[in-house]
Amino acid sequence: MTAETLKKTGSAGWMGLFRNQIFIPIAALLVLVIFNLIADPSFFQISYSLNSNGDPVLSGYLITILDNASELAILAIGMTLVTAASGGQDISVGATIAIAGSVVLRVLCGDNPRPDEMQASILTAFLVCCVVSMLFGAFNGALVAFLNIQPMIATLILYTAGRSIAAWINNNRLPIISDPSFGYFGTFLPGVPIPTPIFIALICMVIIALTLKFTTLGLYTQAVGINPNSAKLNGINPQMIKFITYVIMGLCVAVAGFIKVTRFSTINYSVVALDIEMDAILAVALGGNALSGGRFSMASSILGAYVIQFLTTTLFKFNVSSSALPAYKAVVVIALVVLSAPAVRAKMGKLWRSLQASKLKKEAA
Amino acid sequence: MMKKVALNRRTGRLSQMTDTNLLLTITIVVFFAMYLAAMLFIGRGFLRVQTFLNILNENAALIILSCGMSLVMITGGIDISVGKLTALVCMSAAVNLDYNGGSILTSILIALGIGLAFGIVQGYLVAYLDIQPFIVTLGGMFFAKGMTTIVNATQFNVQNEAFVALKNTRIYLPVGSVNRLGKFVPAYVEIGVVVAIVTVIVLFILLRWTKLGRSLYAVGGNSQSANMLGINVRRTKFIAHLLCGLLAGIGGYVYFLHVGSGAPSHASGAEMNAIASSIIGGTMLTGGVGNIIGTFFGVLSLSTIKNIVALLGLDDAWWTNITVAAMICIFLVVQSAVLLRKKDRN
Repeated sequence: MTAETLKKTGSAGWMGLFRNQIFIPIAALLVLVIFNLIADPSFFQISYSLNSNGDPVLSGYLITILDNASELAILAIGMTLVTAASGGQDISVGATIAIAGSVVLRVLCGDNPRPDEMQASILTAFLVCCVVSMLFGAFNGALVAFLNIQPMIATLILYTAGRSIAAWINNNRLPIISDPSFGYFGTFLPGVPIPTPIFIALICMVIIALTLKFTTLGLYTQAVGINPNSAKLNGINPQMIKFITYVIMGLCVAVAGFIKVTRFSTINYSVVALDIEMDAILAVALGGNALSGGRFSMASSILGAYVIQFLTTTLFKFNVSSSALPAYKAVVVIALVVLSAPAVRAKMGKLWRSLQASKLKKEAA
Repeated sequence: MMKKVALNRRTGRLSQMTDTNLLLTITIVVFFAMYLAAMLFIGRGFLRVQTFLNILNENAALIILSCGMSLVMITGGIDISVGKLTALVCMSAAVNLDYNGGSILTSILIALGIGLAFGIVQGYLVAYLDIQPFIVTLGGMFFAKGMTTIVNATQFNVQNEAFVALKNTRIYLPVGSVNRLGKFVPAYVEIGVVVAIVTVIVLFILLRWTKLGRSLYAVGGNSQSANMLGINVRRTKFIAHLLCGLLAGIGGYVYFLHVGSGAPSHASGAEMNAIASSIIGGTMLTGGVGNIIGTFFGVLSLSTIKNIVALLGLDDAWWTNITVAAMICIFLVVQSAVLLRKKDRN
């Protein structure tokens, strides 16, 4: 599409960027950065200090943003694939994160909610959590792919039941893990000044980038999203592709849930990752991806996730209370979405062209 | 379409029913089967008329919200802002009544105004700027959620006398049951139930016998062919969202009448309950299929199953949600199986 429009307008490279999908999150990020530069440049300060354990840590708003956006960025990866393949969104991710976290704690704690030492290795817990989350992902995927149920409705089932299942896994108790090595994954590794979730998110991004580059997953996903029937005629099994994207979503949920639970070494079933599915969908939309499926840009979605966290942190810095936060967020989001709407962009493009034309006319005269 | 309806009235064959009627039939049959089973096997409360009416009393607001949701879903859209909008309406009306010296009339006007404003803005963005309804109403949901706490951050009960009188007004029905002392206790409904039933009837008529109603189905079924038929697709979508917003305002006030307080946590998750009710009632998210009567029974089914779970003594907190989810799951599988089989036969 980009090439076509470029040919039509025949304009310079930056117009190409303007029409590119990734322009929207980049522009949003730039606006936020400039706003913060004007309002208070100390926003970008990063300080280096020792924490209570005597380990060096970096702190500052930028680090907070990168740290807190990790789960969202990981979820955005899965959500982009799910959206592209099935033309719908998975609204159960918040609830399944609760399940994933609950499973991790259950494996590590066994029957005793306050164990002195962990009952299994962290790796085992993580692997079990991955398997369980992928099974729940497969459940969603089977409903969507094989029974042809709209994704939002199919995932409504786990959205409703997820937090209850999470509570049931641990018999409604709230286990706490006192072993400090468990907390390394959600906070800092000893001696490393950068929060661990940033590394985990980076690893996920590298994996998905390599997968998209060296396998046909991306191509097949887009083909299925654009037209499942013609994909089928070309030898792709659309049901299988849809199913696989939901299983990948489950894996992303497992990683995000693992980070969430290691941040505090405990879990609160009813509030952990509350409404994170909305933010994840928003990240996909801010990335300029059509929520009706088809073409997608993974980089835009991930950048969208960071934009959302940037916005949240900015608002917190200006002392917006956490309960009033959504109202301001909504105004910014709606403004962004309206500005990037095709109808509005077409109008702005027309305005721009007529401006150019009048300029040319003046020069000719 | 009318011809087809007439046709299957004559033949009465399952395979020739329209999707809408088929799904509606399933819903109604399941609801009555479930309620009868509850009466037979659980007995106790389910044998009293008041139990049924209490389901109505508690869910009057949800019925109205679900009706609005169904309208939007029939056009192929979705509105996830209605739950938080209800909370905003409750809080604004409560603040108006208790702190700003408002009367019942002003609080009703405020409720309708808020609903209408949300409907107009969301409808404009969806219909005329072509933004995905999920994202627009997600923004609306965030905005309503934040505004509620900006209006007032804490929960409080309304003390306004006129309002409390209205809240406690009960309409007694000629039916009822005999209590343990042998005294006849008439059954009652709250005012909200009357509003809900009027809404259901008005919307049923609107969908069935008016031009607008048929346009809604046409736009949801296939917006391109609707456009070719000369239907103003954008305006129809706009009206659907506007009505949904307005109904959220009305539903919000009915909810307010039932609980009599304002709180940021009111009606949390109501949007998902409304969507679930619409689905159980046979409305499909892809648009073009749905029925208000089905939605009405969808709400009743959802709350009946909750009551059954509570009466069975499974009061561990997680059972309700898991049962509701299982019920949605079963409904979805049955619906998709029925529709797939029908498609195969054709």
